[in-house]
Amino acid sequence: MGRITLDKVAKRFGDVEVIPPLDLTIEEGEFVVFVGPSGCGKSTLLRLIAGLEDVSGGQIRIDGKDATLTPPAKRGLAMVFQSYALYPHMSVRKNIAFPLKMAGMDQAEQDRRIDNAAKILNLTDYIDRKPGQLSGGQRQRVAIGRAIVREPAAFLFDEPLSNLDAALRVGMRLEITELHSRLKTTMIYVTHDQVEAMTMADKIVVLRAGHIEQVGSPLELYRSPRNLFVAGFIGSPKMNLIAGAEAKKHGAATIGIRPEHINVSKTEGAWKGRVGVSEHLGSDTFFYVHDTGLVDDITVRVPGEFDLKSGDTVYLTPEADKIHRFDDKGLRFE
Amino acid sequence: MSTQHSRSAAKLMIAPATFLLFVWMLVPLVMTIYYSFQRYRLLTPDRRGFIGFDNYVNFIDNPAFWSSMGNTLLLVGGVLVITIVFGILFALLLDMPMFGQGIVRILVIAPFFVMPTVSALVWKNFFMNPVNGLFAFAAKALGLQPYDFLSQAPLASIIGIVSWQWLPFATLILLTAIQSLDSEQLEAAEMDGAPALSRFFYIKLPHLSRAITVVILIQTIFLLSVFAEILVTTNGGPGTASTNLTYLVYAKSLLSFDVGAGSAGGVIAIILANIVAIFLMRAIGKNLDS
Repeated sequence: MGRITLDKVAKRFGDVEVIPPLDLTIEEGEFVVFVGPSGCGKSTLLRLIAGLEDVSGGQIRIDGKDATLTPPAKRGLAMVFQSYALYPHMSVRKNIAFPLKMAGMDQAEQDRRIDNAAKILNLTDYIDRKPGQLSGGQRQRVAIGRAIVREPAAFLFDEPLSNLDAALRVGMRLEITELHSRLKTTMIYVTHDQVEAMTMADKIVVLRAGHIEQVGSPLELYRSPRNLFVAGFIGSPKMNLIAGAEAKKHGAATIGIRPEHINVSKTEGAWKGRVGVSEHLGSDTFFYVHDTGLVDDITVRVPGEFDLKSGDTVYLTPEADKIHRFDDKGLRFE
Repeated sequence: MSTQHSRSAAKLMIAPATFLLFVWMLVPLVMTIYYSFQRYRLLTPDRRGFIGFDNYVNFIDNPAFWSSMGNTLLLVGGVLVITIVFGILFALLLDMPMFGQGIVRILVIAPFFVMPTVSALVWKNFFMNPVNGLFAFAAKALGLQPYDFLSQAPLASIIGIVSWQWLPFATLILLTAIQSLDSEQLEAAEMDGAPALSRFFYIKLPHLSRAITVVILIQTIFLLSVFAEILVTTNGGPGTASTNLTYLVYAKSLLSFDVGAGSAGGVIAIILANIVAIFLMRAIGKNLDS
């Protein structure tokens, strides 16, 4: 249960091709994250899988069966929406019961599944309240509850955490990951936040303008991004990309070095610069270094505290084996 | 607006308007109540004087009164049912993307801008007239006997005319309500396996409940006082078949020249309106709290 195959799936709105023909296989039980900047077609792709949008070409197979023309309800997928899409006039219990009621399930089985879901998600205390009386995180749980009672072949999440505040987001991120390890059901998760992608995914699909830029595990993407786009998108703070003479020394059109792979010294190093803004997070310190003669500013990450002030001269040395080299087409090579 | 000073200044400045509104409302009300206890017939104006509740007794004792009460409630209820059922259907239809949406919407709203006398006359002469009307023409074309709407089914015809006028209002309010429904809720319901009819009854209709309540309350206020449509079409007849309370008050005071009885009818109409209002708020008022 839960293997989804996209075979040359394309989507056009009129003359605009939002998603050019695209192949992708999502294995059973995998947690796959679609990530990309806004407007890259990741939500559209999810809606195509859900059946809320019709494909313009290609085939979607769920567990080997062609589901391209199957209506959404018959695909055996459950979706959690960005706005949660709870039914405001129904209590939490009725919200969760809705898909079961529509399926014509008998009352005893309904109750068993609802109680089970309520227990997993800690909904029991407010099962008789209306969505309007719940906080964002609670609503989120109800939306997930409504999805899990259906026991679907796969869960689809459409930016489910983007309406929550930062602290709650971290908590829910953990809960969803735990839910996945408990249920072992296929999950497809759409986000524009690369931190969510890195922390939750078994497999990340990086999308840009409807194209798949790279598919791989979080660390594969971190260690060997296939091109400049993925290199710049994955990792926080962003990778420093340097073109020109310095890159030529390494035999590349552009070189990339992550902020955490640059050593900082007050006395000596490969590149000399001046500290601009510094951000002290306690656990890490970020420096934005100007006037290196390479690019406008280079971001550097130093673990712990480091005593440098704005305007100080600083020497930077990249770790030689952590430099990524890209050719003139922006593709990475070894 | 929060300081003591500015608040008292605000009170001072709205005082004239409040006073004017108060006088505007209170003076006619007090005069109506005053006249309702007076014997005051315009044909014999010199025999004026206090007569207690006689005007009320006479007004209620009149067989026309009970039939006019029934007609008033039938008119309000009939128009409400028609405008809300068709208003929801029209709103659902207009919410769909279609060619010429803007023009169709304007056409649907248009009847609301036609004044009641004009629309009633158009219906009476162009459509319902048993000799020259469009319905008579259609009946004759089908080989049927033309139906004389206004004399054979006067109240139903007036309900039809008034519904035609108020349908745009209901449609407009319900359309804006439908448009405010979060499309993700409908998509979620679709994913949950709800077919179109279930989506309507479980998602759209509950979402519309507040708008429906507003339509019922506002329309009831205006429908209790329907007058022009009756005056220009049936004159309350035949007999009292299409006389409502408003028309009866008019008939008493300006056709029978009995100001006292008319005023008593007016006070009874106020009481009826309040009973209806209490009943409505009990029944549907809870929809207004979210």
